[in-house]
Amino acid sequence: MALFSLPGIKISGISAAVPKNKESNADYTWISVKERESLMKNIGVETRRVAAKGTTTSDLCVIAAEKLMDELNWDRFEVELLIFVSQSRDYLVPTTACIVQDRLGLPHSCVAMDIGLGCSGYVYGLSVIGSMMQQGAIKKALLMVGDISTLTTCYRDKSTYPLFGDVGTVTALEFDAAAPKMHFNLQTDGSGYKALMIKDGGARNVMSRQSFDIKKVGKGIYRSRLHLELDGIEVFNFTLREVVPNIKKLLTHTGESLAEIDFVVFHQANRLINETLRKMLKLEAEKVPYSIREFGNTSGASVPLTMIAALREPLVTGRKKLLLSAFGVGLSWGSAIVETDRICIPDLIEV
Amino acid sequence: MNMEEFIKNIEAEFDDLKPGVLKADSNFRESFEWNSINALILIAMVKTEYDVTLSADDLIKSKSVKDIYSLIVNRQS
Repeated sequence: MALFSLPGIKISGISAAVPKNKESNADYTWISVKERESLMKNIGVETRRVAAKGTTTSDLCVIAAEKLMDELNWDRFEVELLIFVSQSRDYLVPTTACIVQDRLGLPHSCVAMDIGLGCSGYVYGLSVIGSMMQQGAIKKALLMVGDISTLTTCYRDKSTYPLFGDVGTVTALEFDAAAPKMHFNLQTDGSGYKALMIKDGGARNVMSRQSFDIKKVGKGIYRSRLHLELDGIEVFNFTLREVVPNIKKLLTHTGESLAEIDFVVFHQANRLINETLRKMLKLEAEKVPYSIREFGNTSGASVPLTMIAALREPLVTGRKKLLLSAFGVGLSWGSAIVETDRICIPDLIEV
Repeated sequence: MNMEEFIKNIEAEFDDLKPGVLKADSNFRESFEWNSINALILIAMVKTEYDVTLSADDLIKSKSVKDIYSLIVNRQS
């Protein structure tokens, strides 16, 4: 069972960069005014940031990382681990993290690699970095998590287009023998892989001319095989089935109760899912922050973006215990309990 | 659970639905606007109130409020 605790790592700071360009779902004329209102109220997405063509996830992450390292006064040469978690990499080949290592001026002694996860990416990324750092050889690391999801949604697909927003985040981590343990419970069920997928363009279905054909799939849903498809009910039921038991098992493992947790930060899937989870766990609204109204579903970056957009003040000024829970594409999900103490959070960067 | 309470719970979720209109035999697709978001709202309510999961297939096979009610009762027992 992937239920484990990692000593010796602390979060020193988090930073995010979003595209300046803002789209409002009030202007999404592909659907009726009534549907738009229902979407904004129930799914909870009012505005989303959309990257200009040619801007990549790594561009946003690099900008966020430069600012964070400046504010932390980090010597670039001390960063010896860089992990880039994304499903929108710069190229099919090579690994984006390698390019980023050079762009940031990190040393050649730096370990750099990509992890190809989406919604669950932040907790997975933290666990990998934490595992590699815990013996103390690597003192400083960067975890980049982000996606340009808007590149792969079709405007004429009401089931995906109005949901997603773009962002690149970076989390700075340091070895600290005195740091409280981080705890993880990570899970996978690949039998549900079709619930969120882009069918063509990989090795299974090599891109062909037919990949670009846009076809009607349902009412208000047109897309090609290079666009993201999402089975809303399937993902919804998976989340309601798996997330609460996953969190409860983690709490049993650490011997804690939800009352000891200051904030529960969920992946920003949609408001209805998250509110249902909140009610199932009997959590007060103040304990469950959101960023979905302003930024939409920002894939794996939604957890750190929510920490920046909604929890900046408490995280900058005090000591907090957070439960992070992320779930989705894969299907892959997990939760983590992390303690933070006055971390550095620069202002949200608009690019 | 009972039917009266189930209908009240549905009415509470959908603003368009005037109290008293929805009956056990009503076709729920015709009683309020039926779309994917409203399907999720119904699934969420059933999960929160009765701890029962409705699949896409369950909804496709159900016509009336009573059909869904029976599914919930069967799965609770």
